[in-house]
This record gives sequence, structure tokens and C-alpha cells, in this order.
Amino acid sequence: MPITRMTAVALASVGLIGTIAAPASAKVEGDTIVLGAAVSKSGKYSTNGKYTMNGYNLAVERLNAMGGVSVGGKAYKLKIIYYDDESRGARGAQLAERLINQDKVKFMLGPYSSGLTKAIVPITEKYKIPMVEANGASRSLFTKGYKYLFAVLSTSEQYLASAIALAAEKAEAAGRKPSSLKVALAFENDPFSQDVRAGVIDDAKRFGMKIVVDGRLPRDLSDMKGILQKVKLVKPDILAISGHAKGAALAIRQIAALRVNVPMLAMTHCDSAKVIKKFGKDAEFALCASQWAPTLSYKDKVFGSAGDFSKLYEDKFGEAPPYQAAESAAAVLVYADAFQRAGSFDTAKLRDALAATRMQTFYGNIKFDAAGKNTAKPMVLYQIQDGQYKVVAPTKWASSKLRHPTPSWDKR
Amino acid sequence: MLENFQLLAENPVGLLNLIIDGIMIGAVFALIAYGMALVWGVMNIINLTQGEYVIFGGFVAFYTAGEWTLTIDAIGVSLTWPGVHALWALIVAPAVLYAVGWGVYRLVIFRIVDRDMFTSILATFGISILLQQFMNSVFTADDVIARHGMGTWSAWRTDMGELAIERVRIVALAFALVVGGFLAFYLKNTRDGQAIRAVAQNARAARLMGIDADRVYARTYALNAALCGAAGVLVSMTLTIHAFTGLIYTVRAFMIVIIAGLGNVTGVIVAGLGLGAGEKVAEFLIGTSYQVAFVTGLLLVVLLYRSVRLAMRRRYLA
Amino acid sequence: MNRAGPMRNQGASRRFVLLCLAVGLLSVAAPFLFPAIVKQLSIFWVMVIVAYTWDTMGGQLGYNSFGNIVFFGAGIYVSAIIQIAPFTNMRDYTAAGEEGAALTLTMAQYLGGLAPGLVAAAAIGFVLAIAFGFVILGLRGHYFAIGTLALGIFVAQIFANWEYVGAGSGIIMPELPGRGRASDQEKSLLFYFLCLLLAGATIFFLRWLYTTRFGLAINAIRDDEDKAEAMGIATTLYKVAAWSVSGFFLGICGALYGNIVRFVDPEETAFDGPGLGVWMVLMAVLGGKGSLWGPLIGAVLFHATKELLWTYLLGFQNIALGLLVVIIVVFFPEGIMGWIRARWPALVGERVDASAQSQAAR
Repeated sequence: MPITRMTAVALASVGLIGTIAAPASAKVEGDTIVLGAAVSKSGKYSTNGKYTMNGYNLAVERLNAMGGVSVGGKAYKLKIIYYDDESRGARGAQLAERLINQDKVKFMLGPYSSGLTKAIVPITEKYKIPMVEANGASRSLFTKGYKYLFAVLSTSEQYLASAIALAAEKAEAAGRKPSSLKVALAFENDPFSQDVRAGVIDDAKRFGMKIVVDGRLPRDLSDMKGILQKVKLVKPDILAISGHAKGAALAIRQIAALRVNVPMLAMTHCDSAKVIKKFGKDAEFALCASQWAPTLSYKDKVFGSAGDFSKLYEDKFGEAPPYQAAESAAAVLVYADAFQRAGSFDTAKLRDALAATRMQTFYGNIKFDAAGKNTAKPMVLYQIQDGQYKVVAPTKWASSKLRHPTPSWDKR
Repeated sequence: MLENFQLLAENPVGLLNLIIDGIMIGAVFALIAYGMALVWGVMNIINLTQGEYVIFGGFVAFYTAGEWTLTIDAIGVSLTWPGVHALWALIVAPAVLYAVGWGVYRLVIFRIVDRDMFTSILATFGISILLQQFMNSVFTADDVIARHGMGTWSAWRTDMGELAIERVRIVALAFALVVGGFLAFYLKNTRDGQAIRAVAQNARAARLMGIDADRVYARTYALNAALCGAAGVLVSMTLTIHAFTGLIYTVRAFMIVIIAGLGNVTGVIVAGLGLGAGEKVAEFLIGTSYQVAFVTGLLLVVLLYRSVRLAMRRRYLA
Repeated sequence: MNRAGPMRNQGASRRFVLLCLAVGLLSVAAPFLFPAIVKQLSIFWVMVIVAYTWDTMGGQLGYNSFGNIVFFGAGIYVSAIIQIAPFTNMRDYTAAGEEGAALTLTMAQYLGGLAPGLVAAAAIGFVLAIAFGFVILGLRGHYFAIGTLALGIFVAQIFANWEYVGAGSGIIMPELPGRGRASDQEKSLLFYFLCLLLAGATIFFLRWLYTTRFGLAINAIRDDEDKAEAMGIATTLYKVAAWSVSGFFLGICGALYGNIVRFVDPEETAFDGPGLGVWMVLMAVLGGKGSLWGPLIGAVLFHATKELLWTYLLGFQNIALGLLVVIIVVFFPEGIMGWIRARWPALVGERVDASAQSQAAR
């Protein structure tokens, strides 16, 4: 009796384990190339995770509508298996294993955020599965010697580089030495933001600028007044902030609330934080780093120009595409191109084909260096002028001139 | 860090600004603590769901102030809400949260009122997890704020600096004080309030006197939720709201209750304001990244101080 | 409230041995029967260990700790430091940006880092428990519970700001050398058996411990601390000792976990208070606080349910999990073992008079 009961429990547990272990879908191919991705459908990155998925899906839809991907003379459709990583690294890693081991996926697309990519890439490397990612910009992803990781986006140290360069330029034009500029930093304590910070520090050092405030923002940040008060007292020339969408929104709001006057405010994630919509005039003059702009003149055969992509996205999803969606779509385009060039589904051949990528997409030029990062696409710097994002750097793509210095609050 | 001390010394206006900001947000903390003290005193339950009610209230404020459209395809109905001034949420949120609190009481809390503290802690923690996930899935996973466009009041513009105080914080402070005062009045002078106090003092005796303890419990718990809801509206107007950031408000409330003691209304207000100001100044001095560490570290210090004092008293009496 | 006393009757002992053999055989065979989920199974044993070590505090000692995660996380980090620092510049390795160097180890280096890492993790868990214990175990009841909750958050924040270990950027753990699927399988197996070994060691050690005078003393503290103190039991020492036993095993457990998960993040992996920190409490409560099989049963049920929810209720799994928590706490405060004891007291070795049978339900 008791043993039978216990045995029953044991068998039930085995059964439970069995259902969990059962593979979901087996074949990787047929007439369909199956890609796998762990994205943040819930948790703190879910908004951007959604944009990532939208980008991936739009590209797959478009490619399939145009006849699919041609490999070795045959046309294949694309399909993506998604799992929700809940914005947690451990979960993402687990799901990557599941995709590779149980769903037998051989081609991975990246998750949203550097942190999640960092958690997943050791697994794809272990199994020698190529991963093309579009939303993990941290440089530390590319210093570990990973051979199967490819990133279409510009790495984080470039985010605010042009802002610093512009500040130096303006200083010189005003007769001051760039090294006399004071820089204040407020960066969130996560892999991406810390990486952007490292980049800003490198740039500032090159010009000999002095870092007067170096604040680390906690992940569950709700109030920046302390550090903004310090900025107000120290009066730097540049304030650089990165804290994903929350940091951007909080910064704009509290800088206005506390009436902090800084000649140049440079941030990341303004567009995903929708600062113009939320804060209107308070957001004026802010500089925003972006991976892409719909006004750029890149184009490709699948989507057309950047503007065409933007329109297509807006028609389907009802809002303008943030750059996260654009770069995700680009990742799929890279795969399509690599499949065609490799002419095979062998992961090693595909990996080599990916490494040799040289293409222009609506998102930008793509060429991977030995470490897997895209060295052919510059970051774009917006400034919010008259309630709109205007590209002010790099000069080749600029549609407006930088308005600098930002007037103080009593004059606005 | 030393340079931060120096900065404050050289800029008294900056220091004043920090303290005033702190006091104003501290008033909101005091509200939350007040509710927690009520539930603790009356039902002997430490409600770890406190923070989540605050966040819920914040979301209500967000949806009240924002414009949104709800489309139900099944019946072909589309509702558009144009968004009103966020301050209206100060009426809507407490009402919604009162209902939520009542619901939670009727579904779960009434079963654990008579049990030990640990069960109530674990149960309310469980409800908080449930609520967190619910809000994250059903509302939004973003960080949100309630727009109010009330602007900043700028005073004292001197060479030494400027005192910038958000108008909404002044409203928050005023609201907290008014509500606190009203509650004190309610508890002392109305029959319902006195019933609550009676149950807190001795539930059995209160029942004997004809007071329906269960209704009192439900009301108290719902009232607590409403208080948190109101606090949440203020939080969403001055700080940021996110589904998973409720725990820190619970921790703050707990700390204030412990410092002030359970029956002490003035104590709660003073402790709340003090904590708010202390946090802001500490944040400036130690760094924003230690915000949470400061609060939890302070709680540990308070708990230990209390326990050491008790132990000394025990030894003295022994 | 005699819960985990030694099984006195012959039938119970034999049953126990047979059960252990059955579970043991299944556990050893499992990674070969289900190679695709070896990692999941390793994590299962991790859950078992954290449930048991929590039960030492909550179930046996009566001190409900929400901060045991501190030892777990410390173990992860200490082991990480020992596995990485001797072979490369740790600061550079964890730094954000270009200097984040690569790390390839030989098998000798890897194991030579792992072994001392595990030992150091055990030590740090032990030491921290003593250090915190003397200070925090003075708190009673709910103050202790919330105090340890605060402690967990506090320590998490300290690590999240400690640049040496990468602060918020986290640490990528070193890999078992060798590339490809085979090597990953090797590594998974290695850690599965390490986890299984640790789980077995923990369970049998604790089982033995509860039969000694130590076990009686901590049960006495649970039942009435003031009386125990009056009886001459040095309560503080026993409490600290109990916590340090928990800390010891939690530290090693953490070190193993960090290696399995590969990427260590201070707030989500190592010191995940609202996650693992609370689940350990739930598993023990679900299974039955203070009982011998309780934490194991709790771990099995909880882990299986969690995985099922993730597979079949995707999108609402966390809400379901929260609901599960509430249901467990409200409706099963005595846990599964408590329920079994009430219905079939003979099963757990209790002899109940016929007349008292009706009062068996607690």
C-alpha cells in the first residue's frame, strides 16, 4: 500500500518530466527554414521585446511574400519559433537550450538587450549554432572570442560618441578648449548602459574632458532627483544619461521639474520612451542616440528605402517603427542573404557565409568584423527640435543643425 | 563621497531643495505606513501586499490621465477615454482600490486573520506576487507616469542656486496631511472608526459588544488598500510606476511603522517625513545606486536597535 | 509537535530504505533516460537543497528566514572569483566595454578552479551565517522574517554595485573546455552528479543532525524559546549553528548553480529574493515544514508545476504561480506531509490510540 502509493507518485513525476521533455516540433526543415528566438514577451523588456518580434515577423512575412529564400536553387519559406524569456537571463538561457536541444533549431535570432544576449550566447557558442542578433550592443559580447555571434547593430560605445564630438566642436568654435568641458554621467547599472558609459568615458578622455559626476542608477530606479541636484550644483557642460526607456522618461521629466540647466543633454532610448509625446516642450533640445532613422537614404531589394520600411511597419502595426524593430528586421535579411550565398544549411558553412556578409539594407550597411560586430553602420544622433526628431549627426545624413547650447529654463 | 558633503555645505539652497523634496515624498510614505499600521493593529497582519496596492493605484492614475482606446472586437465596441487631469485619480484610485482590497479580503485574507504571523506574511507576499504579475500582464510592463502638467514652482533664485519644487509635490503633501487628519478624526469620533479601534484593542470583547468584527476587518483592509491607492496616484505623478517595484514601498512602510510604533499617528507622519528627507540627502551623499541599499540597510539598523534595546531591558529585569 | 523523530517501527525503516533506494536509482539513471533535460534536473536538485536548508531554519528552528538567498548568492560570487581571478585580470574580465577579455581554460585549470571554488563557497556561506547570525538572530518572529528579507535585498544591492565582480553587468562564468555538443553534455552530466551528490549529502546530514541532541535543542527553541533558554540551552549558539549549517550547504549549492546557469547577475540570478528566495520557503511549506520528506515532496511538486505552467500556460504562468503560492499558504499551511500525517498517521511512524484517532487532524 504505501510503497504502491509512493511508486505511483514516482511514476507520476517521471510522467511529468516526460511531458516536459517531449520535443515540441522536430523537423528543422521541409520547405521551411526554422529560426528560433527567445524574446521578452513579458517582464521589464516586454515593450522592446514586442518591437523586436514585430521586426522579425515583418521581415519573415515580406521575404515569404516575395518568394522566400533561395538555397541551392530551391525556394524555402522562413518561420520563427518564439519563447518568452520574461526579460530574465536565466530563463533566456534555458529557452535557448530548449530551442537547440528539443526543437532542434539550428539558426538563432537574438533576444532583446545585452544582458539577455550575454546569457544566451555561451549556449549558442557551445552548440555551434549561429546567432544573428539585433538588440545586444554591449561590446563585452565581442571580446570573448565568440565565433557564432553576429550583431547588425552598432555597438554601445558609439551611441553617444557623436554627441561628445559635437560638443567638442562647438566648444572650439566658441573659442574654448574641448578639454575644458565638464561631463556628467548617469548610467543604469546594467550591461548595456554601463557599456555606453565606458564608451563616453573613452571619448571624453580622448578630448581631455573632465568627468565631474559619475552616477550609477539602480535598476529599479524611481527617482533621480539626488543625482540631478548634484548636476545642478556642479554645472557640467554635458549630461549623458542612459537607462533604457525608463531612464529617458524619468530624466526628461525630472530635469524639467528640478530646472536643471545643462548646455547639452545626451540620452539613449528617447524614442522608445516616447518623450516627445509624453513631455512635449520639456523634451526640446535633448539629443538622442539612435541606431537608425527613417529619413536615411539606405535601401535594399526587400523593403526598399528606410522610409518604405517605416511606412510598411506603420501600416501593419499602427505606429512608426522604433529602431529596435528596424534592426530586428535587418537581422532576418542578413540570414536570408547568408543562406543564399552559402547555398546550404550546414551551420559551419552558414557561419562562414555570415562572416563574409557585405550588404546594404534599409537599416544600413552591414559588414561584420572578425569578432562579429557590424563595423559599417554609424550611429545616428537626433535632436528634438520643434517637437520632432531631427538628425543632426553624422553630418552626411544630417537634416538639421544642432541647436546648442540649450537655453536655460527661465528662457524657455 | 567627500566632495558631495562639500557640495552640500557650499550650497545650502541645494540641501534645502533636497530636504523639501524628501519631506514631500515622505508624506506619501507616511500614508502607506499609516495603512499598514491600521491593518497590523486591527487584524494583526503584516500586509506585504502594500507596495502592490500603491502600484495599482499608480496605474489607475496613469489610465485616468492618459488617453486610450479600448476595442472589443467581439461586440464591435470601441471606447475612447480622452484623459482627464491626473488629480481626479485621487478620487478614482482609492475607490477602485477599496473594491480591490475588499475583494482580496473576502477571497483570502479572512481565512488567515486568526493564523500566525508567518502565514499572513507568506500569504500577503503571495498575493503581492499575484498582483505584480497581473499588473504586468494586464496593464503594461512599462514604467509609466501619470501626466499632470502642473509644472514647477521656482523660488528663491539667487546666485547660490534655485529652489525648484514641483507643484504636484505640494499637492501631495497637502493631501497626505489632510487624509491623515481626516483618518485620525474618523477613528476617534465616528462610530465606525471607534468600532475599528475597539476590534484592535480586543476583538473578542468587541464581538461581545455587538460589533461585527469580520465587517470591521474587511473595512479596515479595504481602507488600507484605498490609502495605498491614493499614495500610488501621488507616486505616479512624482516618480515612476512599474509593476515590479512595489516591494520597496512595503519595506519603507514597515520601517516607518516600526520606528513610530503601532498606535502613534504623529509618529508615523514624522517618521515618514524624516525617512523621505533622509533618503534624499543620503542619495545625494552616497550615490543614487545605493538608494535601495540605504533603505534596507536602515531597516536592518532600526530592527537591530530595537532588539538590542529590548534585550537590554530583559537583562535589566532578569 | 514531534515531527521528524526517528522512525521507530521496523516496517517504517524498511520502507524508508527501499524508498531511498528507489529514488536513488531513479536519480542516477535520470540523466541518461532524459538527456535533453539534464540541466533542468540539476536545477531540480538545487531546489531540493534550498528547500531542505530553509526547512532547517523555518521548520526545525522555527525562524522563518526570507534571506537564505544571501548565502546562495555569496557562494555563486565567491566561486566565480576563485574560478576566474587566478587566471586573468578579474577587473578587466568583468568590465563593461572593450577591456572585457576572453577566458579560455584548460581542463586542469577549470577543475582546479572549480574545486577550491566550491570549498570557498561553503566557507563563505558558513562564515556569513555566523556573522549575520549573531546580529540578526536576536530578532524574533516576523521581525526576523522581514529583517532577513531586507538583508537579502541589501546584500543584493551591495553586490550590484561591486565593480570587481562586474556590478550590474554580471559575470560570464568560465566554460568547461572543449567545444561542441559532446562537451556540453559532459558538463551537464558533471554538474548533475555534483548537484545530486550535494543533495544527498545535505539530506542525509540533516536527517542525522535532527536525531542528535542538536536537533532536539533547535526543536525546543522552535516550540518555546524562552523556556528553552530557561532550561539552560544556549539558544544563541544553537541558532547561529543551525544557520551556519544552512549557509554551508547553500554556499556550495550556489556555486554549482552559477556554473550551470553560466551568466551571473546580482539581482536576477544570485540574490533573487522574490524568486528563489521565496520559492524555497514555499517548497518547504508545501511539502510540510519540519518534516523529513516534506522539502523533497515540496520541491518535486513545485518544480514540476512550475515547469508545466511554463510549458502550457505561457503568458499567464506567473499569475498562475502567484495563485499557487496563495493556495499553498492558505489551504495547505501544514503541507503535504501535514495532510498525510493527519490522514494516515501510521505512515509516518506515529502511533495513535483508537480513542484519540478523531483528534488526529490538526
